[in-house]
Amino acid sequence: MWRQVIALVVKELLVVLRNKKSRMVLIGPPLIQLMVFGYAATYDLNNVPIAVHNRDRSATSRDLVARFVGSPTFNLVAMLDSDRQINELIDSRQVQMVLVIDPRFTQRLLKQEPAPVQVIVDGRNSNTALLIIGYANTILSEFALAWDAAHSNPAPPAVLEMRARYNPTLSSRWFIVPGIVAVLTQVVTLLVVGLSVARERETGTFDQLLVTPLRQFDILLGKGLPGLLIGVIEASVIIAAAVWWFDVPLRGGLLPLYLGLVLFVIAVTGVGMMISSLAMTQQQALLGAFLFMVPSIILSGFATPIANMPAWVQYLTLLNPMRYFLVIVRGVFLEGSNLSSLVSQYWPMAMIGVVTLAAAGWLFRRRVL
Amino acid sequence: MNTASFRRLRGLLRKEFLQILRDPSSLAIAFLLPAVLLLIFGDGVSLDARNVPLALVVERPDTLTASFTGQFERSPYFRPHRFSSIQAAERAMAAREVQGIIWLQSDFTRRAISRGKSPIGVIVNGVDANNARIIEGYLQQVWTTWLVAQARAEGRLSPLPLATEPQVRFNPAVSSRNYLVPGLIAVIMTLTGALLTALVIAREWERGTMEALMVTRVTMREILIAKLIPYFLLGMGGMAASVAITVFLFGVPLRGSLMVLTGASALFMLAALGMGLLISSFARNQFVAGQIAIITTFLPAFILSGFVFDINSMPRAVQIITHIVAARYFVAILQSVFLAGNVWSVILPNAAALAVMAAVFLGAARIVSRKRLD
Repeated sequence: MWRQVIALVVKELLVVLRNKKSRMVLIGPPLIQLMVFGYAATYDLNNVPIAVHNRDRSATSRDLVARFVGSPTFNLVAMLDSDRQINELIDSRQVQMVLVIDPRFTQRLLKQEPAPVQVIVDGRNSNTALLIIGYANTILSEFALAWDAAHSNPAPPAVLEMRARYNPTLSSRWFIVPGIVAVLTQVVTLLVVGLSVARERETGTFDQLLVTPLRQFDILLGKGLPGLLIGVIEASVIIAAAVWWFDVPLRGGLLPLYLGLVLFVIAVTGVGMMISSLAMTQQQALLGAFLFMVPSIILSGFATPIANMPAWVQYLTLLNPMRYFLVIVRGVFLEGSNLSSLVSQYWPMAMIGVVTLAAAGWLFRRRVL
Repeated sequence: MNTASFRRLRGLLRKEFLQILRDPSSLAIAFLLPAVLLLIFGDGVSLDARNVPLALVVERPDTLTASFTGQFERSPYFRPHRFSSIQAAERAMAAREVQGIIWLQSDFTRRAISRGKSPIGVIVNGVDANNARIIEGYLQQVWTTWLVAQARAEGRLSPLPLATEPQVRFNPAVSSRNYLVPGLIAVIMTLTGALLTALVIAREWERGTMEALMVTRVTMREILIAKLIPYFLLGMGGMAASVAITVFLFGVPLRGSLMVLTGASALFMLAALGMGLLISSFARNQFVAGQIAIITTFLPAFILSGFVFDINSMPRAVQIITHIVAARYFVAILQSVFLAGNVWSVILPNAAALAVMAAVFLGAARIVSRKRLD
């Protein structure tokens, strides 16, 4: 039995790897994507173009402006002298923030009255807007505390001392690059598996496969193993790049990571098999793969947190294997999670794998009739 | 175009329309897919942190600490949980039960009264760096509010001598849905546009019907036009459905004009379809065409378009790469037309870029798909 299964696996691998185009598609793009997306997918702000309208023009207000100019987050592109320019600059997206300092700024500071400062932000990207306001507030309160200290005003009773655990510099690359491991592994596995069955069905060779001495289980194995192999190998390359190229710390062990990876690839393989056993043509298989893949990436927690989703969508994500694997990769990479703390992530993926594979096996038989 | 050519084109168009109508999957891609995806994602994709679970550790409670922690009970952003020791709170954070810890040590009040600047220990889980930053921003707001309230209660002037008024243009509620949903339209339409066409020509090659077409008098230009028109109409239909959902269901304001939106969508659709045609005439195999369509459309439209990740924050080299992603221009137009209005300084350059991309892709598809057999 094993000889036959191995023969089928070898044949499947040859089909994928012999065609120059499909070989290229499997090797080149994932690596290019890792590089481009690894750098592109960031929430960190730097060089945000800003403009300043300093209506006070005193040494104090210039000191405040200097704090903004000195920050690596902001990049001063224009000093304004009228309010009319503000709208134009923001509307056309030339600047993302305008700092307006009131003419009474210094005067009121000296009288210990609240000195008005206005921060105008482009809200077309609300996430960026929130982060910009956060950075601006930090600079403003540093300025305020420094002013208090210099003018022997009473100090505030308490100040925040913020630290971030697991990712002290809050680099979003550390969050995104492990996520890309999951995204690309899923894309590659799903395509290899999802299309292999549909192709045979379209060319009619699948019927031939069914009349060979191979059992249902052997066919499932023979069709599934190549996807598993290719998926795990691709993922290993990407993991290596995450560690050595992007310098993301790998704090946990390889065992919890690879256990998660294998379970994830099995679950995705199961989904892929189920899709291709439902599809009659390659077009339908591709569509099915797409229909599964797009929501599974967008609703996985890859880019936006699951905790922010409404309850009904959160329940929907429980069916998504990627949701669990993302927790595992990020946990093992950044938090150094071990096997026991990830059990709650392993078993749902195993369940998804078992259910989808069983369904695929059952569907294979049904669809031939 | 002479009458014979027109007749041939009409025949081809009839065939394409019949093929679409009889294969429910392409109708599903055009209408159902965008609607369903938009419904789920529009509800699911959000960067607004609310009810963030937070651990409060107060080692020696008194009125001062109570006034501070009371701010968290009132904040819509946080859901505070009390822990008796920092160790217990740390364990809860490791188990992902809380996102952050606020730690007031036993000498908090003594230091606050004697010298001021008593440290409020804050530890946030930094794994999701963006979320952590947003939480830090909220914490800063809570702290500022508390300082002002505390000073007022004691009849003192605020220790923070600035009156800052952040003003968020176009989106005063800072709701991430208002910018994510218009961006989603671009992502979803990229998908459907490229997917629809990427498959149709590759299918003709694989089934051998392309060769059958070649021996007829039909020219390649007619074949391409006949493929383009029905799928363009389908795509625009899906687009209209998406805009309706965005405005009526998600309540995103449409401040620009519908005309501008339609024009920009038409240009984008042409670019997306052109790209699909190019892929499929290049690949000639549904597996490869599908792979390339996924790799060159969905993921770039998701990551490189400025839909979630701000293009300004990307490294220079990656910013240059984003210029070849059609969705980038469309996302810029959509976000402005929906939230800001007809801002011509944003719309015109981006629309021009879309027109150039459409011309390049359609032209390249025309060149690649000559009548040839290899």
